[in-house]
Amino acid sequence: MEQNSLREWEAKCIQEEPPRCKAACPLHVDGREFCKQIAAGQVDKAWAVLCRTLPFPAVTARICDAPCKNSCLREKVGGGIEMADLERFCAENTKRTPPFRPLPPRGKTVAVLGGFLPGLTAAWDLAKKGFTVTLFLKNTYEAFETLPQEWLTVDIFKHEIEVIKKMGVTFVENSTFDDTLDEESLKNFDAVFADPIACSPENLKISTPSLTTLETEKKGLFAASQPEKNASPITLIAIGRKGALSIERFMQNASLSAGRERDEPFETKLFTNISKVEPLAPIAVPKNGYTADSAKEEAARCLLCECMECVKNCVYLENFKEYPKIFARQIYNNASIVMGTRRANKLINSCMLCDLCTEICPESFSMKNLCIEARKDLVEQGVMPQSAHEFALRDMEFADSEACAINRHQNGFEQSEWAFFPGCQLPASDPDAVKNSYSFLCDTLTGGTGLMLRCCSAPADWSGIVDLFDKKSTELRSDWESLGKPKIIAACPSCMETLHKAIPEAEITSLWSLLCLYRKNLNPVLPKSIPALQDPCSARHNEKLLADVRILLTDLGLEFTEPELSGLHTECCGFGGLLSDANEPLSQKVAEHRASKLDGDGITYCAMCRDLLAKTGKRCLNILDIIFPSENTDPAARTAPRYSTRRENRVRLKEQMLENVWKTPSTPRPAYEAIKVSYTEEAQKHMEERRILVSDIKKTIEAVQKTGKVLENTDTGHKLIYHRPVTVTYWVEYEMVDGDTYLIHRVWSHRMKILGGSK
Amino acid sequence: MSTLKVLDGEDFSSWKCAACGEKLVPKPIELGYLESRFKVELPSCPVCGLVLIPEDLALGKMAEVESLLEDK
Ligand code: SF4
Ligand code: SF4
Ligand code: SF4
Ligand SMILES: [Zn+2]
Repeated sequence: MEQNSLREWEAKCIQEEPPRCKAACPLHVDGREFCKQIAAGQVDKAWAVLCRTLPFPAVTARICDAPCKNSCLREKVGGGIEMADLERFCAENTKRTPPFRPLPPRGKTVAVLGGFLPGLTAAWDLAKKGFTVTLFLKNTYEAFETLPQEWLTVDIFKHEIEVIKKMGVTFVENSTFDDTLDEESLKNFDAVFADPIACSPENLKISTPSLTTLETEKKGLFAASQPEKNASPITLIAIGRKGALSIERFMQNASLSAGRERDEPFETKLFTNISKVEPLAPIAVPKNGYTADSAKEEAARCLLCECMECVKNCVYLENFKEYPKIFARQIYNNASIVMGTRRANKLINSCMLCDLCTEICPESFSMKNLCIEARKDLVEQGVMPQSAHEFALRDMEFADSEACAINRHQNGFEQSEWAFFPGCQLPASDPDAVKNSYSFLCDTLTGGTGLMLRCCSAPADWSGIVDLFDKKSTELRSDWESLGKPKIIAACPSCMETLHKAIPEAEITSLWSLLCLYRKNLNPVLPKSIPALQDPCSARHNEKLLADVRILLTDLGLEFTEPELSGLHTECCGFGGLLSDANEPLSQKVAEHRASKLDGDGITYCAMCRDLLAKTGKRCLNILDIIFPSENTDPAARTAPRYSTRRENRVRLKEQMLENVWKTPSTPRPAYEAIKVSYTEEAQKHMEERRILVSDIKKTIEAVQKTGKVLENTDTGHKLIYHRPVTVTYWVEYEMVDGDTYLIHRVWSHRMKILGGSK
Repeated sequence: MSTLKVLDGEDFSSWKCAACGEKLVPKPIELGYLESRFKVELPSCPVCGLVLIPEDLALGKMAEVESLLEDK
């Protein structure tokens, strides 16, 4: 990823935009953090939040009139947070004020002419920044008279003046503000700030100063036009702050105006979803101000505005504990590592590429695109972790191999107007459903319906191996062309998506749209209870498919419910993006999460959705279960076939189709398949968890039968063998039973190679 | 290359090499993954060198090292 493209990604996620209160506050006080601390009963910490931003906070917190209140998002659901009263409560009740430590002296001097709120603020801010400030004023307490006195006492004011003095500001009283003072000051100081209440532009004999920088035509003099009579105290303070910032830039020879769009109150880009927030009115302010309890209660109304829309709706994002702006940086850093550990590999490979985030994000941030690009990048650099997708890629190759693949015209036809493409997972999950669907299509459609049994190549696409996907696309195209470019009928929404990419010129229809079209010919067996519809994530943008499935179900007389996130906003089952290969525990978590969102039994039209949900113990139907019912009286209870069974299902499907439909013998099975094996329950569980296939075990036995390299346990009589067909070493612990059967007790594997082992 | 000891005190005395009839004894064995090589002490046949990588080791330490090396 290029540095500037990182910037673009980062800028797209607005989670770090300030909340409305902070944006609307002329001083940009972090109202969110402040409320958070008050609500937690942390008055001193809340006070520290104010002290970070407010000049002479003991005064400012008591005179603030909270212009932020109208902008507060709470305003739309009950009423804005009573920020002013909370600030006062905090000032009255804090036990500890953090010390104000000015930066080391910079050797630059500033004169401030006038000690009203703007002047005092400029003096405070500049002193804090290490400038040597001299404050000329008539009388130190004259500012006090101009302030709202309801909550303020002269003692508090005096105390804050002492703090300013302690910060190194020299007070020169009895100054007169004639037009010589500024000329004089400009000679004696490096810069001058004129408090607009003490000295108007007319007094200073200047034209109106610039609004954004307070710059005047006299170099080094910063001033403002006279504020309105009843200007809000916070606005006056903001004038002083603006002047101080301009003076600092002036001294540094920096641009006075660049990047200051957000000095003034501004509109934040932060989005916060309040659709589920209950209205809650402000807690009335008691006569003497909030008590600890009522302050807490009021502060607790703060929505702690943030976006996090995507994170709240994606188990994967939530699992990695940050939000896309941070992830973008982590992924960028990951890509730039030459030596060292790439810490974001798991992050990159665990996204389900389901694209829900893009739909949900107010700025359409696509974590999917970010992750798929990052995967391609890892592959290109040659550093994609081998273990991440290997199993899925091998499974794809198996589905495309001679053992499983078919590419034929309908029996008795020389051409195919249509071709049924059930994908690799439906044959693995429910081969009968494939047979039934195919024979329905052959009976219903005219012009010949060929059969294409193979994988759509989604694993190649999802794993980011561009070359492999290109190669697979070429294969797919030539299969399709050899059938005379038929219209493809895909059973799986992921296949539809991937085939569109692989053979863009092919016309692709979903099995579901065809079933919908011919729904009058169907004789469904309806389930007894009302199921909830699970839309696969790959159907998200397929409006026709989403609609046809609903029409189909409704017209078949099936009542169903929909989870809150459905259709365009549906959630992935945990299979997408090869998550279950890269991060099995997370995939399980996702599946459990989704299952919990479906009321009653689930019903879906994706074989993987069904199986992943079923694996969590969720009862779940494939729509085909009701359209082409089998003998099974409770199809929702069908368990998900194991990995080995899935392969076996594909192989047997091919054999049976060839035999029953085309009356052709299929290729003989490999010799090792004849080896007789049985399994303990534990071994079977391990095989599934560790993705060790029956074929891996049989190949291991076959290999060792030739070499005789066997370990034996003298206590149990068990034998132990190992074999490394390609990139994984398999270990098989067995016992011979009934003379010729290998009873498998345990199996495990590792990727490391034994170099100096048996000689 | 120094030899790593990863098997603490586990007893492999019940395992023997079926072909040679020998008990397994701890020996430095060279393992490799991706670009990395290391020597690990593993039970093996003193005659033919047949090695045992126990389940706990394969799924524990070894798997950890594998994923670490993959992310390097
Ligand atoms: S709800 Fe809280 S965070 Fe949001 S704008 Fe209001 S005070 Fe600020
Ligand atoms: S693509 Fe899906 S899994 Fe990935 S971040 Fe977006 S919503 Fe989450
Ligand atoms: S939805 Fe997510 S990616 Fe989009 S702005 Fe919000 S936090 Fe950022
Ligand atoms: Zn031996």
